[in-house]
Amino acid sequence: MSQENVISVIIDAVRSQGDVPPEICDRITAETNIVRDLKLDSIAVMDFIMELETRFKTVVPLDAIADVQTVGDLATILTRNQATAHETRNSQTDVQV
Amino acid sequence: MLQKYGALKRARAQLLDAGSTDSDAQDPFDVRFETILGPAEAVLAGRKVLLFGTNNYLGLTFDAGCIEQAVAAVRGDGTGTTGSRIANGTYGSHARLERKLAQFLGRRDVMLFTTGYQANVGILPALAGADDYLLLDADSHASIYDGAKLSDASVTRFRHNDPDDLYRRLRFLADRPGDKLIVVEGIYSMLGDMAPLRELVAVKRETGAFLLVDEAHSLGVLGAHGRGLAEATGTEGDVDFVVGTFSKSLGGIGGFCASDLPDFDMLRLASRAYMFTASLPPAVIAGVTQALETLERRPELCADLARNAAHLYEGLAAAGFALGPTISPIISIRLNDTGLAAAFWNRLLQVGIYVNLALPPATPERQSLLRTSVSAAHTPAQIDQAIGAMTSIGLELGVLQDPSERYFSAAQ
Ligand SMILES: Cc1ncc(COP(=O)(O)O)c(C=O)c1O
Repeated sequence: MSQENVISVIIDAVRSQGDVPPEICDRITAETNIVRDLKLDSIAVMDFIMELETRFKTVVPLDAIADVQTVGDLATILTRNQATAHETRNSQTDVQV
Repeated sequence: MLQKYGALKRARAQLLDAGSTDSDAQDPFDVRFETILGPAEAVLAGRKVLLFGTNNYLGLTFDAGCIEQAVAAVRGDGTGTTGSRIANGTYGSHARLERKLAQFLGRRDVMLFTTGYQANVGILPALAGADDYLLLDADSHASIYDGAKLSDASVTRFRHNDPDDLYRRLRFLADRPGDKLIVVEGIYSMLGDMAPLRELVAVKRETGAFLLVDEAHSLGVLGAHGRGLAEATGTEGDVDFVVGTFSKSLGGIGGFCASDLPDFDMLRLASRAYMFTASLPPAVIAGVTQALETLERRPELCADLARNAAHLYEGLAAAGFALGPTISPIISIRLNDTGLAAAFWNRLLQVGIYVNLALPPATPERQSLLRTSVSAAHTPAQIDQAIGAMTSIGLELGVLQDPSERYFSAAQ
């Protein structure tokens, strides 16, 4: 999935969660800061990421969330974990999810 | 240094404003009881109030036997232990309580902690290390999140009470080396709902994970002998670690973890919250030991509690309040407005009913909750009084519709 597609799935998830006003959803880009621009508190971020984990069929560990600041960072983590999961399944390398 | 709490300070001021314009309005997060009269009554601002916001499920805080044993222990062994069991030694009474609790739970080993909070903070990092995985129910108590934070394991949350989401995650992690530990609670403290333990056990079996159940609110409450949700659901054989607290049904303070795993004892030398804090004082140990004895000798306490829980739940449900999904001793009225919840809470206090105000982000789905809890010590008349007060204030504040209007709108 291209980064653009990933971001559009993220935007869709933000919209359906309903915490962020539609006019802000319309302006989300890779540079949007999740806490500052979307004004999500830590619990809302965790819940939101849980929703994305389902959509992307992945698992994002909580400590990785600490490094996520922008929507672009989030897109990277969601797809990186998908990739590593694949990799681990074949190669048995121990990759920290 | 403390500027970062500006927003918190403003939110608190707003809440106090919303709570009441009366001069006798109380701060919900700074309630000061003048006298505790018993497990179900106290004096607050010069007025007698009924306590419907404790975790005193069996009403044992004033049990004559517990008090007597605690007093004797203070006289015999002194006021405190002044240190940890690793550095400063174990008292006979610590070891006796561990044996007694192991027997009660039918487990090989029990390790005591100084609080239930510390049990989670101590046990989770000791169990799950760098290559391991912790899978927490999303609505887990703060102590579980904090224990997970202190662990070197990789931590993920699964959707509350959702065995399918847990299964998906465990499948995703299936090829990773390292142990997987699922962490759930018997009764969840905000809404009183329970973990679907049989379904969770099926997932655990299929995926080879370990299971820890925090029975903080279910010990002494669920199961024919009061051993908790695992006993009530017949799943004890599949629960690898039981965590619990002495601060609720047993009316004292302290926490524990119990297990059948060989070498469980090694955790005494690995759990920092066990090693680096003072052990429970003799009076507490003696009171808790006696409370456990009382629980074993008087199973009718659990039956009284169940009857009282059903009485309050059914009364509030019949009045039309939105409650949690199951009857349990924790019964919460769900409101979706923080200010309304604070006003409701204050009005209840004015008429002599004390409940807990639980607000986001500490609540599931960011609801504002009036959390009530029932005790075996409540009389039917006290429960009726609480239902009556809640119903009339609910009508007054527009949380409930007048019954006649309710029928009218249903007919339309
Ligand atoms: C699920 C759960 N675990 C642990 C605790 C902590 O127990 P304690 O208050 O005894 O430290 C609580 C309650 O406070 C709880 O609800």
